[in-house]
Amino acid sequence: MKDILKNINKAFENKVRLGVMSALMVNEYVSFNELKELLNVTDGNLASHLKGLEKEEYIVVYKEFVDRKPNTKYAATSVGKEAFKKHIEALEKLIGGK
Amino acid sequence: MEDHKKYLDDLSDIKNIMERSSRFLSLSGLSGIIVGIYALIGAGVAYRLLDYENGFTVRYITLEQIKSLILIAITVLVASLLTSIFLTYRKAKKHKQQVFGSQAKRLLINMLIPLVTGAAFVLILIERRELLLAAPATLIFYGLALVNASKYTLHDIRYLGLLEIALGLLASYFVGYGLFFWSIGFGLLHIIYGLVMYLKYER
Repeated sequence: MKDILKNINKAFENKVRLGVMSALMVNEYVSFNELKELLNVTDGNLASHLKGLEKEEYIVVYKEFVDRKPNTKYAATSVGKEAFKKHIEALEKLIGGK
Repeated sequence: MEDHKKYLDDLSDIKNIMERSSRFLSLSGLSGIIVGIYALIGAGVAYRLLDYENGFTVRYITLEQIKSLILIAITVLVASLLTSIFLTYRKAKKHKQQVFGSQAKRLLINMLIPLVTGAAFVLILIERRELLLAAPATLIFYGLALVNASKYTLHDIRYLGLLEIALGLLASYFVGYGLFFWSIGFGLLHIIYGLVMYLKYER
């Protein structure tokens, strides 16, 4: 039991972070606006959680211009994907092995 | 116990977001039914236009008839596209999914690659008077387009695609029964698929 709990990652406990990682697992890139719409959160809230994930080096930021408008998009790093996979596996074990 | 529920919640959230962010889930089942009906009407008009020998096969075909057939096919296609776009737009709004978001774009591009290839191929066949294989080719390429698109929308259209491919192959073997296979592929299968989707997701 302790071993499994060790894999429950504190970085993904928050719903917004969990959502961001879920979206980035199945998409190469997702833009800030798409994430906002998908998760139904405010700019500030989303931005702070993205910063957090960036600090952990679970995601990377790309800034580019589309029609001269700034467009920020995000991608999961391999470290982030690995960590999130472990997190999901741990969740599954916890509910399965209850 | 509290924790247990939270873990379950988290897992279902993850699954839900993965689905919503990667697939365009707002395809309308109702439009499948209507498109099928258009196809059957089109096939009915075409049937009356051609001289059928024994109920199913055609002995010869004139240039005038070919032109009318193409006109019917294009009318059915345009009407079908407009109807599906309108109904899908309505459904996407209801589901709060972006109609022209990246999911829809991905779906469209991946569907269009086999579809445009098929359209070009069929036009070349018609140009070269290889008419017998034109109808089967439309079914095959349409089926391939659906199979390819199924990675970006509801899984279920994969089966519709596989059926269309099988039907297209049958039609290329039993040449001359083009209109018959067409009515099944674009008419009947669409109606059945639309009904199943409607009952499964939209009721």
